[in-house]
Amino acid sequence: MVRRPSRRAKAAQWLLLAAVLAVAYVIISDAADNLARRNLRFGFGFLADRANFDIPFHLVSWVEADTYGRALLVSLLNTLLVSAMGIVTATLLGLVVGIMRLSVNWLMRNVALGFIEFVRNTPQLVQIIFWYFAVLQTLPPPRGSITIPGGFLLNIRGLYVPGAVMRPGSELLSLLAVTLLVATPFMWRLRLGEVLVGAKALVLPLLAIGLLAGGTERIEFPALKGFNIAGGTQIPPELVALWAGLSIYASAFIAEIVRSAIEAVPKGQHEAAHSMGLRRAPVLFLIVLPQAIRIMVPQLTSQYLNIIKSSTLGAAVAYPEIFQIFAGTVMQQANKEVETIIVVMAVFLTINLLASAFMNWYNERVALVER
Amino acid sequence: MIRHVAKGFSRVAALAGVFGLASGAALAQGEVKSPTLDAVKKRGEVICGVDTGIPGYAYQDSAGKWQGLDVSLCRAVAAAIFGDPEKVKYIGTTSKVRFSVLQSGEIDFLVRDSELTLTRDSALGLVEITPNFYTGQTIMVRKSLNVAHAKELNGATICLLTGTTLETNIADFNRANNIKIGTLLFERPEEAFAAAEAGRCDGYTDDGGSVAAARSAMKKPDDWVFLPETLSRQPLGPHTRQGDDRWTDIVKWSHFAMLEAEELGITKANVDEIKKSSTDPQVRKFLGLEGDLGKGLGLTNDFAYNIVKAEGNYGEVYEATFGSKGLGLPRGLNNLYRNGGLMYPYSWY
Repeated sequence: MVRRPSRRAKAAQWLLLAAVLAVAYVIISDAADNLARRNLRFGFGFLADRANFDIPFHLVSWVEADTYGRALLVSLLNTLLVSAMGIVTATLLGLVVGIMRLSVNWLMRNVALGFIEFVRNTPQLVQIIFWYFAVLQTLPPPRGSITIPGGFLLNIRGLYVPGAVMRPGSELLSLLAVTLLVATPFMWRLRLGEVLVGAKALVLPLLAIGLLAGGTERIEFPALKGFNIAGGTQIPPELVALWAGLSIYASAFIAEIVRSAIEAVPKGQHEAAHSMGLRRAPVLFLIVLPQAIRIMVPQLTSQYLNIIKSSTLGAAVAYPEIFQIFAGTVMQQANKEVETIIVVMAVFLTINLLASAFMNWYNERVALVER
Repeated sequence: MIRHVAKGFSRVAALAGVFGLASGAALAQGEVKSPTLDAVKKRGEVICGVDTGIPGYAYQDSAGKWQGLDVSLCRAVAAAIFGDPEKVKYIGTTSKVRFSVLQSGEIDFLVRDSELTLTRDSALGLVEITPNFYTGQTIMVRKSLNVAHAKELNGATICLLTGTTLETNIADFNRANNIKIGTLLFERPEEAFAAAEAGRCDGYTDDGGSVAAARSAMKKPDDWVFLPETLSRQPLGPHTRQGDDRWTDIVKWSHFAMLEAEELGITKANVDEIKKSSTDPQVRKFLGLEGDLGKGLGLTNDFAYNIVKAEGNYGEVYEATFGSKGLGLPRGLNNLYRNGGLMYPYSWY
């Protein structure tokens, strides 16, 4: 029976699976024993308990009386925000530096090379802390804020932007507006029967702006009040430092991905385009880059996942992301070490699986279709 | 090499066993069962969980040697067991992981400016031994803010460390006084100090001892003032795991030995002389010249002598770390009871 290779392979796989399950069982029951021995009860009921601490930066409302569950949501949104910002800037910066690497200009080429080597070969945590103190050291105290036309204020506590004060109960309107904005690019590409929707989709963002304007009670300008600036929206230096640290570090890797992808496009493609009389820029943007993107996508995916995971380094510079708030403060206050770590791991796993599912979908779309 | 040492120890243990059989009666009398003490003796050193680095409590000096009030308890325990205060391995723990490290058995005990609380006793399964430092949560602000009381800090931002009871105390203080003091949470003191120094926050908060340490780390310590309010009581002290009472006793009585020495007027400098000349029965029992006080703990009778010889009494340790030779913090609550403080050692007989 076991002499047939296919069956033998199957048997081996079942054995392996059984071994893995056995190990998992031992680990889980051991953890359960340890918890029981220390009189700790496993459970997620604590999520409904009152948190009783402050989160300095939040995208949705947060008061000290909110629950640990809400703290999870607030810190998760902070993580998603800085990751999304990091991914966008790292991609753009990486694209520019990667193209500079291939420039015919000696200075440009070597500036890009120097940047990449310097950034790639120093620890990311050190870079984030460097940016944090670079930001802190250069900005004035709240009383000496730099005024920027349009009601903006800049000081060591952050950049203060005039903010809209929404009418009570207008959260639904805001949510609807965000949905409309997200839906716009999809509508643009949608076909109704044979006709492409195209520019008609721009009705949606206009509608969103209308909704937001309708929900606004008044515009609030930031001004010095007591110790801090009050009013408006604050973009804290912690966010900026973490954003810079994440995007600059990843951009160096992305630049190398871009360079190698461009070089991997067959030389014949450049030459053919040149021979048709196209200048350098159109050759790059119309002929070479679209083909290079196919090669880049799988590697970009792993860089993006790295950015999301590295956002936990924000704990070092007081950025209230999920690792600091949930696996730090909540873990200590609720005495739920195992549970909080499970939640944080599950959250990151979900984010990263979704991100890579999206990138795989995109990869399939841009992949070369062989006929 | 470690294996050699271990082998050497097991050989010594075997020899001791042979002699032990001969004097079985004596052993039965001082029967001591402590898995932690046995492990420590076998290992040849105490593994002590301390702070990662904060002046006053525990930090490494320029020569890489650990110093501080908490460190002195580690050294006292090593002196009590081995007669040698150097037989300690220090593990720097962050506020976030300190109790997990203790629970998992990675360290023998924790003395890391940690508050003694009911939940740590019940939910974490730890022993809250006894305070080795009484303090309270204090706020330090820049002098230039002209703030005299914590209640005037409405709208201000305070820097502090994450994973502590401090955030909750601020939230409670806000709720009680109907004000809003914002907090900015850092993982490590270095970044928190630097952010406070740069002006990212208006003040810094921690227990009184740590705030004194933070002030000493500022470029111009005189620019910072302590606010008079304490937001909470903070009895800080050593922790052990539940289930090894004898080991807990050793840590507890090592601390009390330093207090008792101060009570009896014994210092690092005069301990040898007193041992030679003293006729006071209390002193003679304390130093192990009479009685069997140490044996009952599974130690030698001169364990208290070894502690004082190595570290001096509590007052000396305080002076060197937080007092006039250290951070310049008045002794206040940490005085002996007879000088108006709270330090009141249990009786020895």
